This record gives sequence, C-alpha cells and structure tokens, in this order.
Amino acid sequence: MRLTRGEHLASRLNYLALGFIALLALLPFLHIVAQSFSSHQAITSGRVTLWPVDFSFEAYVKVLREQAFMNAFKVSLLRTVIGTLLNVVITSMLAYPLSKAYIKGRSAIMFLIVFTMLFNGGMIPTFLVVKATGLLNSFWVYIIPGAVSAFNVIIMKNFFQGVPPELEESAKIDGSSNIGTLVRIVVPLSMPVIATITLFHAVGHWNAFFDTVLYVTDRNLFPLQVYLRELIMFNQSNISNNNGYSANIDSTLLALESLKAAALIASTVPILIVYPFLQKHFVKGIMLGSVKG
Amino acid sequence: MDSDLAAADRQPENHPLRTVKPERFQALKKYWDLYLIMLPGLAYFIIFKYVPMGGIIVAFQDFSAFAGIRGSEWVGLAHFKNMFTDSEFYTVFKNTLLISLYKLIWGFPGPIILALMLNEVRHMLYKRGVQTLVYLPHFLSWVIIGGILVNVLSPATGIVNQFLGMLGLEPIFFLGSQEWFRTVLVVSDIWKEAGWGAIIYLAALASIDPQIYEAAVVDGASKWKQLIHVTLPSLIGTIVILFVLRLGSVLDVGFEQIFVLYNPLVYNVADVIETYVYRTGITQGQFSFTTAVGLFKSVISLILVVLANKAARKLGQDSLW
Repeated sequence: MRLTRGEHLASRLNYLALGFIALLALLPFLHIVAQSFSSHQAITSGRVTLWPVDFSFEAYVKVLREQAFMNAFKVSLLRTVIGTLLNVVITSMLAYPLSKAYIKGRSAIMFLIVFTMLFNGGMIPTFLVVKATGLLNSFWVYIIPGAVSAFNVIIMKNFFQGVPPELEESAKIDGSSNIGTLVRIVVPLSMPVIATITLFHAVGHWNAFFDTVLYVTDRNLFPLQVYLRELIMFNQSNISNNNGYSANIDSTLLALESLKAAALIASTVPILIVYPFLQKHFVKGIMLGSVKG
Repeated sequence: MDSDLAAADRQPENHPLRTVKPERFQALKKYWDLYLIMLPGLAYFIIFKYVPMGGIIVAFQDFSAFAGIRGSEWVGLAHFKNMFTDSEFYTVFKNTLLISLYKLIWGFPGPIILALMLNEVRHMLYKRGVQTLVYLPHFLSWVIIGGILVNVLSPATGIVNQFLGMLGLEPIFFLGSQEWFRTVLVVSDIWKEAGWGAIIYLAALASIDPQIYEAAVVDGASKWKQLIHVTLPSLIGTIVILFVLRLGSVLDVGFEQIFVLYNPLVYNVADVIETYVYRTGITQGQFSFTTAVGLFKSVISLILVVLANKAARKLGQDSLW
C-alpha cells in the first residue's frame, strides 16, 4: 500500500506516541525499582529518579528477613493456590450440568445466578452472614465467601456448550459415566476457558485485600497486600500529620522508603514472572467473556 | 454466535440416542451425578448471595448484635428518612456521581483511542511490545498501585514533584489536596485500565473484513478517510454497548482504589457510598443505617443496569442477557 507523505508522518507520530504511552506505563515501576536499590539518603534528598543511587541490596535483605513479610507472603501464596483450585473446580462442577439441555430446571438456576450479578445484599448483610458462619478470623474466609463468580459460571457454561455433543455421546457408548465424560473428555477440550478462569481467579486472590480488612483482625492471617498497605499508609499518615512535607520527618520513617519500595517490588515479582506465560491466554479470555449468555 | 450456541444447546434433545420418554424423573435418575456436583456451587449462591439479600431487612430494624435479626426492633423507614436528611449522605452521593462521571468522560475514550493507534502499527514486534507494557498495570493490585502513587507523588521525594521543581513550580501534595485528589483518581484509573480496556476494541478491529479496506483504497480513500468511513463505523456498535453498560454501573466507582488512596484530609471530596458504608457500618457498628444506604445504592444500580440493557437492545446491539 502506498502512503502519501502526510500519512507517513502520521504513522511515525503514532509509533512515537505509542512508545511514549508504553514508557508511561513502565516509568513508575522503574522509579520504584531504582528506589529499592538506593540508599535512604539518596531517596530523601530527591536524587533517585530512574537509576539507583548508592546501589545496595540492603532493603531487600531487610524485607526478606522480616518475619511479617515472609508470613504474609506465605498466606498470599496458600490463599492463591487453594482458592484458585477450589474456584475452578466448583465453577466447572456447576457450569457443566448447566450446559446440558437435559438437566431440568437449568434456566431457572441460570436466572438465579445471573440475578446475583444485578442485585446483592450489600456489604453489611454479607458481613453478618459471614460472621454467622463463624468464618471471621479464619483462613477459610479468604476462600469460601468468594468461591464462585457468577460471571465465570456463564463464561464456562457457554464454552461447554460449544463442545461437540458427539464426542460425549461416543464416550458414553464406551461406558463412561457422566462425570467420567466431564473429566476425561470435556475438561481437556476446555483448557482455554479453564486457563483463563484460573488466571483471573489467581490474580484476584493474589491482589485481594478487602476481605481481610472486612473479616480478619488476626495479624498472622494478613496477606501480602494488607502488609503492604500498612507499610505504605503508615508512612503516608505520618507525612500528613507532619503537616505536609516539612523538614522534620524522623529518620526511622525515611529508613522505610527503600524498604517500602523493596516490599512493593518483591510482591509484584510473582505476577511479573507468570505474566509473559499468561499473556496469550487472557486476550482469549476477554473474548470468551464477551460471548453472551 | 448466539444462534450457534442455541443450536448446540438443543442438539442433545434431538439426538437419536436420547429417545423421547416424557417421564418426569427420568432425567434426575439418569443424571443424578450431574445434579449432585452442582450442589456446592448452588449452596454457595444460596448462602452467600441470597441469604444476605434476606439480611436486607436489618435496614428496617434497629439491629442489635445481641438481639439478632429476630429480636431486633422494627423501625420501618426511619433509617431512610435519616439518610435523606443527612448532609453527609448528600456529600457522599455527590462524590460518587462526580467521580464516576469524571472517570467516564476522561476514561471512556482512552481505550478506544489506544486501540485505534495500536491498530495502525504494522510492525508486529513493536505492537506486541507496547501491548505487553500497557496491559501490565491491570494485573497489579490497587495496594501496589497506591504504594507506587504515594511514592511517585510524594511532595518531598516523588518523581513528579522533582519534575515540577525542575520547571520551577512549587511541589504539590497530590494525595492530601482536595483540589487534586479526584484528578489523581481519574488519571491513575486510566493508567491502570486503559490498556486492558483496549483489548475488546482491538478484537472488534481485527474482525473488520479487510476487503472493505481494499475497496476503500480502490475508491481512492486516504488513511484518514478509511478511519472515518470504515474503521469507526465498524467500531461504533462495540462503543455503544460498552458505553451504555458503563452507564449502568455508574454508582460503582472503584471502591478499592479510593479505599487505598484516601485519608482524612480528603474525605470531603473522596468519600463515596461504599467507603462510607464501610466506615460507618463495619468500623462504627451502625449496621442498620448503613444497610439502608447500601440498599439505596443497590436498588438504583439495579434500575440503571436494567435500563442500560434495554437501551443496548433498542440500539440493536447484543445485550447482557
């Protein structure tokens, strides 16, 4: 395709602008990474921008030695693994029968599930129910009250409906039970949707913090996000109490600056590690999500 | 797509293997295991979704934790009357609408523009590189983004104020300033989600028939004319439905974001319905009043979503249900 001179220019500008946008997405991370490797003095005197000043691993060593951080990391990891596994299993178990026309009452059940996306009891009644079930201050409060997402049930049900019925019929002729067919035929054929839902739930669990704020006061159960929030907010509230950014900020607080940066990076790394592997899935996942029920 | 799914749906019934025997409990007998595996999921929805809906009645009581729902005294609509005469409620309601509106006005076009720009990139490696970077912030929690923002916007050491300093401007305490706080909310929301939001538009763009472009080129259309006459018209359906659905959730402002970023200095401009419900309900124990406030929000949201969906249907688009 031949382009006019103006179109050439526009195309170049477009490339440049996109590069700039990508950089904008990246710069804050670089800034934090730089801070995490810098000395406290360099950060507080405002000398750190995108490159470490007085390079050191000290902040990371401190963070990784910190008992509370490691404990929070463990809680987050456990929650992500167990929670995601349960999410995916229960969602599949609910979605598969709902994808079958021969299951009676399935449209009524679908309606009840979809309705929860439109209307809910709200924060306080949900809190009262969680309290009544005795889940407050228990690890399972992270897993059970969020066990199923209505939206994912719909996505999965739609995907299951696309599995050719002939395959299931032939499995049944070969003597497979209903559940055997689900496990051996349907699930392997549905890996794209399962991968997508696994990803969405895993990211959700790793990033979750509000259920802790609502339901948990036991510090041993604090996940990474809550630990980080305390670290960050501690600093911020101290700054605002100090009436802005006046000079008399005490030095133990400043010692936290690089520590905070290191903790932020350390909690982001797991996502950054899995991110490249998952990228091809989530684009597909969004498309699955836009298929209507 | 819809009709395909519907066809797949019906197929098992017409299949020769399933001879028609209109016996009522036949399905239950034959597929009892499939009914059984639905139970955990169904129990979940009943206990954690429908029981709380019943719990809404505490909005009409003076709920006391000791007496429980059965023992608490009925007060009718008293809490709703209080709500509508409470000046704090109006502030919160106004904040909710304003923040939502700002996010809509500034944030909605972002993904569209980004998708259009990315769509023009012919260099695949460059395109994928940019995409990888702009999707990334979506996967980080608001706690981490909040941490980054506190850091980057810090009046003394943040990179933004260092930059302002280089331009000879006074440092700004963004997160503690009533004038700047909402701007921070809107901009950081765009920063986090614009790339992710572009995916759906990119998919819509990818599904445009290349022959239309070829025809446009044969007719002598410039790149710009192609954008106006081919690309945008093909995208308009997606834009309309996403816009309408977004209007339906206008009271959901992004609770976690505000909760992470706000502080007493900016409650005045930042407190929204959900943060207010959390603060006065959970932390101060005013269960009944805040349930009333929450119910008010849920009902308005329900009405908006239903209307939005109707509108999307009227406009001839796919709808949510």
